[in-house]
Amino acid sequence: MNVLVYLLPIALSLGLLGLVAFLWSLKDGQYEDLDGAALRVLGDDDLPKEKEWKEKDR
Amino acid sequence: MPQKLDLSSFARPAGNGQSTMTLAVEGVHCGGCIARVEAGMRKIPGVVEARLNFSNRRLTIAWRNHEAEPADFLVALESLGYQGHPFQARAAEQEEVRYEKWLLRCLAVAGFAAMNIMLLSVSVWSGNVSDITPETRDLFHWASALIALPAAAYAGLPFFLSAIAALKARSVNMDVPISLGVMLALGMSVVETLNSATHAYFDSAVMLLFFLLLGRYLDASLRRRTRAVAGNLAALKAETAQRVAADGQIVVVPASVLAAGDRVLLRPGDRVPADGIIVAGQSEIDDSLVTGESVPRPVRESATVYAGSVNISGTLTLQVTAAGENTLIDEIERLMDSAAKAKSRIVHLADRAARLYAPLVHTAAAVTLVGWLAFGASAHTAIVVAITVLIITCPCALALAIPAVQVVAAGRLFRNGIFLHGGDAIERLAEVDTVVFDKTGTLTLPEPQVVNAADIPPGLLERAARLALASRHPLAAAIARHAHERSAFADVREEPGQGICAIVDGVEARLGSPAYCDVALPQRPDPYATDASWIAFRHGKKAALFAVRQSLRPDARAAVDTLRSMGLRVRILSGDRADAVAPVAAALGIADWSAAVTPADKVAALDALKAEGCRVLMVGDGLNDAPSLVAAHVSMSPITAADLSQAQADAVFLGERLAPVPEAVVTARRARALMRQNLWLAGLYNLFAVPVAMAGLVTPLIAALAMSGSSLIVTLNALRLNALRLHRGGAPIAAPAQAENGPAAPVRALPVAEGSRA
Repeated sequence: MNVLVYLLPIALSLGLLGLVAFLWSLKDGQYEDLDGAALRVLGDDDLPKEKEWKEKDR
Repeated sequence: MPQKLDLSSFARPAGNGQSTMTLAVEGVHCGGCIARVEAGMRKIPGVVEARLNFSNRRLTIAWRNHEAEPADFLVALESLGYQGHPFQARAAEQEEVRYEKWLLRCLAVAGFAAMNIMLLSVSVWSGNVSDITPETRDLFHWASALIALPAAAYAGLPFFLSAIAALKARSVNMDVPISLGVMLALGMSVVETLNSATHAYFDSAVMLLFFLLLGRYLDASLRRRTRAVAGNLAALKAETAQRVAADGQIVVVPASVLAAGDRVLLRPGDRVPADGIIVAGQSEIDDSLVTGESVPRPVRESATVYAGSVNISGTLTLQVTAAGENTLIDEIERLMDSAAKAKSRIVHLADRAARLYAPLVHTAAAVTLVGWLAFGASAHTAIVVAITVLIITCPCALALAIPAVQVVAAGRLFRNGIFLHGGDAIERLAEVDTVVFDKTGTLTLPEPQVVNAADIPPGLLERAARLALASRHPLAAAIARHAHERSAFADVREEPGQGICAIVDGVEARLGSPAYCDVALPQRPDPYATDASWIAFRHGKKAALFAVRQSLRPDARAAVDTLRSMGLRVRILSGDRADAVAPVAAALGIADWSAAVTPADKVAALDALKAEGCRVLMVGDGLNDAPSLVAAHVSMSPITAADLSQAQADAVFLGERLAPVPEAVVTARRARALMRQNLWLAGLYNLFAVPVAMAGLVTPLIAALAMSGSSLIVTLNALRLNALRLHRGGAPIAAPAQAENGPAAPVRALPVAEGSRA
């Protein structure tokens, strides 16, 4: 039974981590252009510069 | 003459000396387009970033102020082969986006909570039949409570707020029993946990929220997508105006920024950007979008023109008048207001079900409580059983029964180019028994067409069409549509009010009035009815005459026949003259038509139909149709309709074809049948579940299985709507790709599919 003392918090915090990650990705605008993301991944021109175009504005 | 294009009204300040603006971009098809557009935009000096959203085809550009001009972006896009349209986000769309995100956050929280509580609950359930100790069970119940209470407080907000709003308005919606069920389930579970009981219902409460939020999220996401498309279409349609500044300089501005008193230059072919009075020039005005009149009206100084009309022949200067100075618009708005007031509030199927349902389950719970007390059970047992009745009847399936069908139906219509303004329009569409059409722009195509193109030698037609590309005259545009090669001839001269000419293959070619081209009009009475305009073309010795007029939509007859075969009455109410309406009515076989109907008479005619007990679907596009679109039971507009009319219509359809009208009615009827089935399924579920719960036999495990099972069944049943298409060999009748094929065959197949349902 003692095993529950740490297994329960671990299970819950893992779940919570997933929730926080999802909410962060939502806030970050990662779901704004799902079709575009599917096509962009195929482009081979992903220069380092591309990271700078992060969407500030919809 | 290049003109200054002023788009400053679309730029938004973004801080640190930068501005951003959004463009709706046409012609983006693939991943390559994304890279091309973004790279092309970033090459413009001053542009800091460019990001194309492929899902909604919108390009956001940020640039340093004073280093780039918004107008350059459009030019750059055009040189890449794309059309950009400045886009102004509408408040309604932003509201939808916010609401959808909120629901998604709630859904995420509910999903997280449901999964983790289920983890604990399954342990308890399996422990209950084996060797769990009461201490461990209590621990698991407390852990569940720790997750469920905050999660429900957050994820339940959409329901709680809606329930409170309904109660404040002294009515009951579906959210009232939902909120009550969730709160009682949580409250009881906390009390049971305090008493170290065997059963707690945290999982039921949170799972219920998860299922319901899923339905709502799908609904909201569909509505938001529809709005995004509508927003882009509005940007594509948005007019620009050539404003004459005080110093005589002409600046091109978006029509939306025009203010009263502004002077606007109207060249031939321009659409009138705002209501106003002519201060200089004379011309003819095509009022078909405003009054339904298909024959142009001559105008001169001090004549009034309305937004949406098209200037045909001469150059005009217009002075914009303020809202409220305009008798026609005022009349239309007054009629619209009174029609909206007269429209009795329609009670939706879902609300009807909720009104019936809420008292029923609450009575069942009360009867259970009293019954168990009467048979000598303790107050605690009686209350617990009564609450399990409320939990098991919590309208999971019922709340999904109608939205699920609405989402599937709206999605299906959406793919076929029909955009609904609200899911409730589906129910009203299913009830119609009479369809009233406007003529101009609804039964007929909004732009004039060459009706005798088949009689003209193809080579001559091609040359005339390419010459016509150089002119902005609306009649020339009809001819220009027949050009296969889309490049205009060089050095085209335009003779105002006469026509255009150019040297083609060393010989002069002329396109214009018959006199200008020295072509005689046909002696015999013309075969194309009275309202055709004649355009002549001469190239050396060869000559041709084009008859240009408003023509029927290509599948109008088939669509009207389909509507009739579905048992609907079809009528025409047109603002046009009788001799223009009669041939159309005859061609479509519609005996019941009226011409020269004013907006007020249209509303009166609809009211008369309503008094007879008819439920009318009004299909119209003109400004004069706006009040009758409000007055009708349900209404549709083509995408080319006047803005005001489009805003009033319950649905807007794309394309040249009329098939979307029968398609919408068929889908709606099928959808309503499925809604009814779903309500019966949900009722049937309760018929079995309630006695079991009243007998006190329900455990949390049974509640979880019953709730998710019934939700799944109604959702799957709703998806059957998509099978409607499969019955006909996979040909969606309103798909634009089908436009060239004979529309009659797939359309006629519809009633069969409809009949097979019944």
